Amino acid sequence: MDILISYDVNSLTKEGRSRLRRVAKACKNFGQRVQFSVFECSVTDTQMEKLRQKALSIMDEKEDNLRIYYLKGPRKDYLEAHGRDMYIDFHDPLVV
Amino acid sequence: MPRELLNTLFVTQPDCFVRLEGETLQVEREGKKVLQVPALHLGAVVLFGHAQMSSQAMAKCVSEGREVTFLDYSGRFRCRVVGPESGNVLLRAAQYDAYRSEEKSVAIAAAIVAAKIRNARQTVMRGARDTNIEDIANALRGAAAEMAGVVPLLRDCRTVDEARGLEGQAASAYFGVFGLLISAPAAHFSFQFRTRRPPRDRVNALLSFLYALLTSDCVAAASGVGLDSQFGYLHALRPGRPALALDLMEEFRSCIVDRLALNLINRRQLKAEHFNVREDAGGSVLLNDAGRRIVLEAYQRRKQENVGHPFLKTTMPLGLVPHLQARLLARHLRGDLAAYPPYLST
Repeated sequence: MDILISYDVNSLTKEGRSRLRRVAKACKNFGQRVQFSVFECSVTDTQMEKLRQKALSIMDEKEDNLRIYYLKGPRKDYLEAHGRDMYIDFHDPLVV
Repeated sequence: MPRELLNTLFVTQPDCFVRLEGETLQVEREGKKVLQVPALHLGAVVLFGHAQMSSQAMAKCVSEGREVTFLDYSGRFRCRVVGPESGNVLLRAAQYDAYRSEEKSVAIAAAIVAAKIRNARQTVMRGARDTNIEDIANALRGAAAEMAGVVPLLRDCRTVDEARGLEGQAASAYFGVFGLLISAPAAHFSFQFRTRRPPRDRVNALLSFLYALLTSDCVAAASGVGLDSQFGYLHALRPGRPALALDLMEEFRSCIVDRLALNLINRRQLKAEHFNVREDAGGSVLLNDAGRRIVLEAYQRRKQENVGHPFLKTTMPLGLVPHLQARLLARHLRGDLAAYPPYLST
């Protein structure tokens, strides 16, 4: 399934900045950054659960907010992106 | 069994370095990040030429069952990183036992050759339908008939050598007309016969490169189900030769590689300038960087195409079929299937 994750982490404190880095890192392991605090991931149910557990274990429920949007596929029919877009489809041929 | 066809990361640039970054693989070039992919999207990593990978990244891939293969620039196999011996030792024992039984070896080899001929014949017949030049169509139909004539003889094979002989007979009919399937300008893409080590024309260079990719996929398929990829039936055992993978590959040569090669040439996606021709001794021809990229992308897309599997009566990405065939072969070797059902392309 394709999902979109966005978060808002209170980065006024040192702990907050650390959580911000750790959430970003967890998201990177499952997908890719499309904006500063927005990630797109294409994952299976199990991977989704792992990602959710990981992200929730990092965030502070009083301070932060995390949202997961479940995208209706196919992605290209439901997404309009404008401007500089670095998105790479990980299912496409990966040749460097 | 892999249900999903995971992607393959191909690293073709010589100055690239692949390292582990969290759970992702990061490809760097001159210290700059070029690509970052979560490992979960990858089933394999293939590095060409001088591309490098850190030991941490290698260990991570291998421990999770992702193949890491090193090929040289022409696509020829160099080495593969493998983890601890996996799979069922009893399955491998059954694999060796079948080799010692001439009857079983012949049956497997003949089934593979029959499917190979049948699938190759389809490619030829397709060419005959697509051309509007009567002479070419007739020559193609003639070769197809010749190939069809070989198939019933396989039933009476007593030795693996006989099966190999019949395969050779069909292959010479096939490659005898293969050049007629090419509609691109003959000056650049003429094909007389198979030349290897080194390939001496563009068509042969393309075929060799693609066969090398298919070989590493078939090695992965065989070892993925716990079979010994070096222990084959149709192909003679030789040190370092992945004989079983080559056996498995016979069914796919025409439907995966040859058709793709013909499409790339006939649709003018590959042009003469995508190859380097060496005029000096040997006269070898190789794909260059731009050409390799086109071929790799096309190969990956071809593997994503859905095809029907007549034996299992389902649809699946073509790239999964070698894995499935390895599984069917394992079932036959274990005695769960009376005969090995080879893949018949649709």
